Amino acid sequence: QAKYKERGTVLAEDQLAQMSKQLDMFKTNLEEFASKHKQEIRKNPEFRVQFQDMCATIGVDPLASGKGFWSEMLGVGDFYYELGVQIIEVCLALKHRNGGLITLEELHQQVLKGRGKFAQDVSQDDLLRAIKKLKVLGNGFGIIPVGGTYLIQSVPAELNMDHTVVLQLAEKKGFVTVSEIKSSLKWETERAKQVLEHLLKEGMAWLDEQAPEEPQYWLPALFTELYSQEITPEEAKEAIP
Amino acid sequence: VKFGSGVLLLSTHRLIWRDQKNHECCIAVPLSQVVFIEEQAAGIGKSAKIVVHLHPASSNKEPGPFQSSKYSYIKLSFKEHGQIEFYRRLSEEITQRRWESMPTGQAMQVNKDTQAGRIRAVGIVGIERKLEEKRKETDKNISEAFEDLSKLMEKAKEMVELSKSIANKIKEKQGDITEDETIRFKSYLLSMGIANPVTRETYGSGTQYHMQLAKQLAGMLQTPLEERGGIMSLTEVYCLVNRARGLELLSPEDLVNACKMLESLKLPIRLRIFDSGVMVIELQSHNEEEMVASALETVSEKGSLTADEFAKLVGMSVLLAKERLLLAEKMGHLCRDDSVEGLRFYPNLFLTQS
Repeated sequence: QAKYKERGTVLAEDQLAQMSKQLDMFKTNLEEFASKHKQEIRKNPEFRVQFQDMCATIGVDPLASGKGFWSEMLGVGDFYYELGVQIIEVCLALKHRNGGLITLEELHQQVLKGRGKFAQDVSQDDLLRAIKKLKVLGNGFGIIPVGGTYLIQSVPAELNMDHTVVLQLAEKKGFVTVSEIKSSLKWETERAKQVLEHLLKEGMAWLDEQAPEEPQYWLPALFTELYSQEITPEEAKEAIP
Repeated sequence: VKFGSGVLLLSTHRLIWRDQKNHECCIAVPLSQVVFIEEQAAGIGKSAKIVVHLHPASSNKEPGPFQSSKYSYIKLSFKEHGQIEFYRRLSEEITQRRWESMPTGQAMQVNKDTQAGRIRAVGIVGIERKLEEKRKETDKNISEAFEDLSKLMEKAKEMVELSKSIANKIKEKQGDITEDETIRFKSYLLSMGIANPVTRETYGSGTQYHMQLAKQLAGMLQTPLEERGGIMSLTEVYCLVNRARGLELLSPEDLVNACKMLESLKLPIRLRIFDSGVMVIELQSHNEEEMVASALETVSEKGSLTADEFAKLVGMSVLLAKERLLLAEKMGHLCRDDSVEGLRFYPNLFLTQS
């Protein structure tokens, strides 16, 4: 028994030493790769997607830590972490308008504006990856698929399946009514009303009681007119700690 | 050919360059001579440029700095800024071709249609060829990049396999592996970006790096925390720290892992997680429960307050204001009125007036 344990210890040490050596070799390979293709990653969004997908396939997260090789040598870390900061700031600035829900398109536009004319181009895929990393900060960052795109949540409001499915329904026209919910989702009135009230309370939906047939619940996140509106100085102050 | 520093002007008919020092020195190119323009992005040591491809000069060209040139294009170099906007305007003018419909004072070159057509074709074919070459070059670069990437990933995969095997060994013989070895292993995983398969309960998720980071944060955040009433949300901290760093930024996970070690390292700041999942950093000296007492006073003074109103009054972020009010409610000091108009908090009279 004791002998078996001893062997076990030696084996692990050997493997650790082996890993250390292989790690050094890998670092060299990565350096070589970086010297040839670092620019490609910086400039080419499709290449970034390929890179990320390949990493995911083999079980590696290049964005886990700024201290990781990938981040240090390829500079992918700084790119996404800085993007994270910009996403947080835009979401904070616009929260009072849309209750903490924003379409990926609008977020993309606002982030590009904030980055300025001479900055690196970022794709929607880049934004999604940055947001996935932000979730861990506990601020309620979430990604909700709606009608072919995504709504980005940036507040710790609880949105369960019921809420999500109503948001998806509302995405088509920018608003939804109790009747629509009942006919599309086959829900009872009470259930529909509860969901809508929750969205109202969170500031994610606005109520139009003067609509012709029945009250309409609008999502400010989907108001296309608001897209082009600049972030005002007051809003910007709210955003930066 | 270099005309060093001057001002570029765009009219509906011409592109004019005027020397900054000697205003008498002016060069102009009629917009009708422009075949095509392209942008060249700025780089290190290089300014942003616009390359203007021109038709071959016709024989009755006005005298200029050079009678002829071996190049069919000119380059405009924007040393300071303005390239993007200028490119946009120039594109517009070239598309609109207003010089064709508007009369001018000076005699301008008028390209006869058929001749211009033929010359234009030659100019364009040349440019298209260049673009095609550029595209092929880019494609070649990308396929080379992908090949290299695939090879790199193969090696990375080997690392992942090896780490799994080591992790299994560690799990099997939990008592026998030294703390040192575990720390080493964790730092290898960190470098490769491999998730830590070793059970967290036993050793925690931090590494040497995170310990150092935790100490750095304690130093860095002291003043900002004092300025913000002793408490900040983790997203605020993330933005603050990364903005300050500029380079070699922290990943969100780095920050969380470092903050998880604050308590055990007995540092003057700590991580707190509210019921809602919101994570904050507090000064050790900060007592949220005491702040609740003053919050209760504020709410009582005003009769009732929403999180927004409270935040504005006290000068806090809405997120943290809400957490404080929720905590006050949890402690029994406040009652809520949850309606479609919003969530409003009142002093809990049931408690005080019994």
